[in-house]
Amino acid sequence: MPLLDRTGSREDRWTLSEGAAIGNIPAALVPWEVLAEALDAQEPEQVIGVLIPNNVPFAELAPFLPRLTLVAIAFPAYSDGRGFSLARQIRRLGFAGEIRASGPLIADQFAYALSCGFDTIELPEANAARQPVPQWLHAKDSFSATYQRGYGESGRNVLDQRRAARAAAPVAAE
Amino acid sequence: MYRYDEFDERFVRERVAQFTDQVARRLDGSLTEDEFKPLRLKNGVYLQLHAYMLRIAVPYGTLNSQQLRQLALIGERYDRGYGHFTTRQNLQFNWPKLRDVPAILGLLADVEMHCIQTSGNCIRNVTADHFAGVAQDEIEDPRPTAELIRQWSSAHPEFSYLPRKFKIAVTGAEADRAVIKAHDIGLRLRRHPETHETCYEISVGGGLGRTPMIGKVVRDYLPKKDLLAYLEAIMRVYNLEGRRDNKYKARVKILVHEIGAEEFTRRVEAEFAQLDGPSINADPEEVARIAAYFAPPRYEVLPAVSNTLEAAKAANPAFARWVEVNTVPHKAPGYTALTISLKPIGQAPGDATSEQMRRVADLAERYSFDELRVTHAQNLVLPHVRQRDLYAIWQQLGEAGLATANVGLVTDIISCPGLDYCALATARSIPIAQAIQSRFADEARQREIGPLGIKISGCINACGHHHVGHIGILGLEKRGIESYQITLGGDATENAAIGEILGPGLAAEEVPDAIERIVSVYLAARSEGESFIDNVRRIGLAPFKAAFQETARAAA
Repeated sequence: MPLLDRTGSREDRWTLSEGAAIGNIPAALVPWEVLAEALDAQEPEQVIGVLIPNNVPFAELAPFLPRLTLVAIAFPAYSDGRGFSLARQIRRLGFAGEIRASGPLIADQFAYALSCGFDTIELPEANAARQPVPQWLHAKDSFSATYQRGYGESGRNVLDQRRAARAAAPVAAE
Repeated sequence: MYRYDEFDERFVRERVAQFTDQVARRLDGSLTEDEFKPLRLKNGVYLQLHAYMLRIAVPYGTLNSQQLRQLALIGERYDRGYGHFTTRQNLQFNWPKLRDVPAILGLLADVEMHCIQTSGNCIRNVTADHFAGVAQDEIEDPRPTAELIRQWSSAHPEFSYLPRKFKIAVTGAEADRAVIKAHDIGLRLRRHPETHETCYEISVGGGLGRTPMIGKVVRDYLPKKDLLAYLEAIMRVYNLEGRRDNKYKARVKILVHEIGAEEFTRRVEAEFAQLDGPSINADPEEVARIAAYFAPPRYEVLPAVSNTLEAAKAANPAFARWVEVNTVPHKAPGYTALTISLKPIGQAPGDATSEQMRRVADLAERYSFDELRVTHAQNLVLPHVRQRDLYAIWQQLGEAGLATANVGLVTDIISCPGLDYCALATARSIPIAQAIQSRFADEARQREIGPLGIKISGCINACGHHHVGHIGILGLEKRGIESYQITLGGDATENAAIGEILGPGLAAEEVPDAIERIVSVYLAARSEGESFIDNVRRIGLAPFKAAFQETARAAA
């Protein structure tokens, strides 16, 4: 399925396995239910990612994170925002691998997804066909700054920009 | 009041451009109708019964005269010459054309206004005490907090696709005029008993609608500096744990109810403990920057009581009654906060014509430091009026049909638009409000009855706050006929309570009689100086139920 990151379309190196039998798939994306089993079968050269439903309790996922290269979070509908909070929790624990949003998102959510810690969006074919990549890149840059601190690139938020402006301003002569 | 800086200005302009682009992508098929709908709602565009409705945010109810004049202009140019003030301190236009919306958003941006998040499953327009900054019982002005939350919640990357809508209200006073216990989050500024610092008491899980609930306190004293991180913790728990299987069970009140306030609090505190507060919270300089905009205006030094006012009152009893009913004490000597009733007898509650808006804007500019407020009771307030100017203001309001002396009385009815406008409504509300107003039109009788809040909703969603009305009226549809259920004993203040149903539903024409009987029971049973709600609490529901049964029997 079509995949994009902050620069545009991207090749998908991951192969979704049906079950825990990951054989010698170099980059194996496995369903949440069989993750433990798949990790037991992991070969030294192999990297493993997991596809999780968006209602997996973070505490159950956390112990696996050090051994994962990708966490793909399913979005059953674009209006279901649980994935955003889950991504935040994963990043907070220091996970440095790829976080992917998988499902029928819309372009207007691209900036939100990136600032919550996602790297990639994997879209169903029909959604990708309706919303070509340039729309995503345009929507991503719709706002020059946001109001929330701690989301996305620091310096892109209004509060830190105001703080920087105050620091740079000459002291009032009153 | 708050003024946009370059960042706020750019944000609102970028939002208008974004919405314009979203409309274009809907039209070229990039977005399906299902995909577009939540985007449209988050920009205040609502599909109503007869037409589109545009809901404009009035953050924490504060406006200046230029903004109100712009609303008057929009009402004239793009609507039918009036607007409707709502219980969320918003303004709604009922008849704009969809194609005009981008132009209207542009006109709003010109005066630092917007429609951002006035609908949709996101954090809605933040409301606050309409006497913020002026009330004598206030510990601290709640508006800097509300403005901080307005900014923080605007286009929030994580909390823009919540299970359901989310409403936050803030008060800084002893008396609750912001109905905080009926909000998803209610914040109350209060002083810590030992440190004497102002902190936030935080309630979660209040709400009306089909499952009315009173919010539960999850923190007694949150240090002010921790506000945004604590809100983030609450929102994250709700976003992850709130039910999404059933939209009627998706509000945070259901989550709090199902897992219990204690467990909900535990989860929030556990999440909060994981957060890096300093990287999330606004720094003190930013908080101070916002607060500075809400510094009191330069009041004149005046005697506490104006002789001019006293003389005018003595000479004109009608004026004296209006002053007594529509003004409240003010922090500054010689000043008062004046409520302009948008409930003249027989009008739709909360409606104002463009001409009336301009008149009020002129008065605000001339007599109230260019400031006014929208109240959740669908009235307007001039917050800083010199007592000696009241007579002149009264005369000018009278010319505009705005001098009704009924604030807080039986004809000051809160009412949703009901079946006359709303796609969700199952019964009419406005004609019921008008019929009750006509029944109790006599001013002397209204004053004799004293404070009495009637609130009417035209459907179970309770936009008219009927659950917290001293007398609540809920319009329903039964077998094709409008039926009205009466509740008693609700309270929207710091003593928040949900009213109880009195008996079977009534036909529309029976409602004024039923109210009459309820009021008669109170008048017969009240002790000296006892208000309606105090009387209901003291004597209980039984006598009212008995009288109500008579109405129902007479009608049968």
